[in-house]
Amino acid sequence: MSNNLVIGIGALVVGGVVGYFAGAGNEKIVEVEKVVEVEKQQTATLDAVKSKGFVQCGVSQGLPGFSNSDDSGKWTGIDVDVCRAVAAAVFGDSSKVKFTPLSAKQRFTALASGEIDVLSRNTTWTMTRDTQLGLNFAGVNYYDGQGMMVPKSLGAKSAMELDGANICTNTGTTTELNITDFFRSNGMKFNLVAFEKADEVVAAYDAGRCDVYTTDRSGLAAQRTKLTNPDDHMVLPEIISKEPLGPVVRQGDDQWFNIVRWSLRAMINAEEMGITSANAKSKVNDNNPAIKRLLGSEGNFGAELGLSNDWALNILSQVGNYGESYEAHVGPNTPLKLDRGVNELWSKGGILYAAPIR
Amino acid sequence: MSFSAFFYDKRLRSVLFQALLVLSIAFGFFWLVENTVSNLSDQGKSVGFSFLSQTAGFQISSTLGTWLMKYEVGRSTYLDVYFIGIINTFVVAVLGILAAAVLGFSIGIMRLSHNLVIRGFATVYVEMLRNIPLLLQLFFWYFAVLRSLPSRREQTELFSGIAGINITGLYLPAPIAQSGFMIVILVFIMAIIGAVMLSKWATKRQCKTGRTFPAFWAGLGLIVGTPLVAFLALGSPLDWSFPEFKYTGPLLRRGFQSGTGMVIVPELIAVWLALSLYTAAFIAEIVRAGILAVAKGQTEASYSLGLRPGITLRLIVIPQALRVIIPPLTSQFLNLTKNSSLAVAIAYPELVSIFAGTALNQVGKEIEMIAMMMTVYLTFSLLTAAFMNWFNARVKLVER
Repeated sequence: MSNNLVIGIGALVVGGVVGYFAGAGNEKIVEVEKVVEVEKQQTATLDAVKSKGFVQCGVSQGLPGFSNSDDSGKWTGIDVDVCRAVAAAVFGDSSKVKFTPLSAKQRFTALASGEIDVLSRNTTWTMTRDTQLGLNFAGVNYYDGQGMMVPKSLGAKSAMELDGANICTNTGTTTELNITDFFRSNGMKFNLVAFEKADEVVAAYDAGRCDVYTTDRSGLAAQRTKLTNPDDHMVLPEIISKEPLGPVVRQGDDQWFNIVRWSLRAMINAEEMGITSANAKSKVNDNNPAIKRLLGSEGNFGAELGLSNDWALNILSQVGNYGESYEAHVGPNTPLKLDRGVNELWSKGGILYAAPIR
Repeated sequence: MSFSAFFYDKRLRSVLFQALLVLSIAFGFFWLVENTVSNLSDQGKSVGFSFLSQTAGFQISSTLGTWLMKYEVGRSTYLDVYFIGIINTFVVAVLGILAAAVLGFSIGIMRLSHNLVIRGFATVYVEMLRNIPLLLQLFFWYFAVLRSLPSRREQTELFSGIAGINITGLYLPAPIAQSGFMIVILVFIMAIIGAVMLSKWATKRQCKTGRTFPAFWAGLGLIVGTPLVAFLALGSPLDWSFPEFKYTGPLLRRGFQSGTGMVIVPELIAVWLALSLYTAAFIAEIVRAGILAVAKGQTEASYSLGLRPGITLRLIVIPQALRVIIPPLTSQFLNLTKNSSLAVAIAYPELVSIFAGTALNQVGKEIEMIAMMMTVYLTFSLLTAAFMNWFNARVKLVER
């Protein structure tokens, strides 16, 4: 009896020791695998994308105009168009893209872990994110900023008239801070009612709890469509924060970074040159050398990205230029009714300025 | 002593295993903390509470908390935000517990009524309210409250010039204590102590001599009368700030003027309504069960002694029912306190909303802040439980 016990305990000890060393050995092997994987990611997102046959793109969980899926599961929006442009550049087929809806909290983790190849999810470009998260912002596809919406009946033409206002907002990363800073710096008083989610803010504002609804201007435009009478409300001209939104890639893979960056620039340059989805193919033999270089009939620009030379032609004929994408998803003829504003080309009074292709 | 003898000693063996258990739990805890700290430092984050002294740069809806802590953006710290959250949570919990208890007892007794209408109403109330999720009720009451109130530029006057209500809240006169008001409060506290002693003396005398003494009315007179005399004698050391309402002027300046009177925001009213109505449904069932648990013979015996129904309920049934009611009632009170965290959904600035929401977004100290928040709920719950245990010990069956 007692012998059995001693043997049993001895076996336990031996088993534990063996298990411990085996486990430790395993751990080391796993480490090695990880390193290899990271190195692979850093050098060859393009190869990985090509071998799996599609671009995996991180988008929002549903923000009308930016990335939103309809009843049949088809994604549309200006953020979605960036993903399609990258797919068109890589595969010559803008449909070779799959979407991963991500929450604000999940998005960077999903990109860093390699779950997605590009993140195009109304993400604000800030220094912290650029320098501390191991990410690179490939450009800006929408210049947003925090704004304020008021009922037209209030008669306010400027945010400077809002002293003493009740303001509704949702708790965001910096929303409450921005609005507080604005009122403090202008020596005005206000009362803040901060909800957890946007749906309740809209309902409370609609019921008249607040005089003002503040969030990003694109968000205001999207949420206004949910009000009982959207036309009775207006967005004030003041922009109290800078929120440049753009696509993001992992740091360390310059080739992939360049592909995403120049896909977006191709769309902006095309608008400037007057190339649309309708006339892209006929413009290939245009007399303008700049157009020829963009569409691949002159020079070797696509090959230098690791793509075919008709990369931009595919983007433009299948997705369209930046202006077309804007008009189709967020422009004045859409429910969002967003004027181009600063998102107009630099030559037309905006700040959109893409480096030239030459 | 050989190894096996040591191992077969029942006492030693149990000590050994318990020591092993304690060690492994301690090690597990240490491992968790160690791992967390090292993971956080890998992310470039440190662990510590120094953020509490940083100034908070965001506005908070004006409530009792912001008023008591004299909250001011750019001067108040995150510690102040923490206290504001605690105060606002406490306000909801206390108001909710009081209302839920009163309403729950009434509905519970109504469910046992012989009147079909009263009994039917109580049954419908209980079955409806306890079977709809609390969050939905919260939204319902919030938007029902908002939609039923006049807009910000109008008001419904409750007492002309003294109190009014509109969508931005219920406006009441705010008391401003002058020097000497502390004496009135002191007198008030002493009057309460006096009334308790009076009641004890009256009970004692009734036991001894059988003579009754109107202790309730005398005590009430003592509690109300004495401070009133002191208040008048000191020359009314209390000013009132009445809410001021403007019907004219620029549109944005119309309505109740900030800085006059005090405001109870509609969010608080909605949270209070939802929490107390919901919890009352559960309390009603507990009360009904408690009363039914008292044997019918008790009531019949009481009647046969010639006691009236009211006295029977108060002196015979309720004291016995309380023994069954108190323990489950305690957990309902605890539930209500914890459920108050749902108020974050409708913008009531309680602990979860401003500390674990807005402040956490700014500072990013998840572990410290969530731990601080859990401490508060744990303290509230333990205090409630301690009070209810004390009360339970008082009413429970004294075995002789």
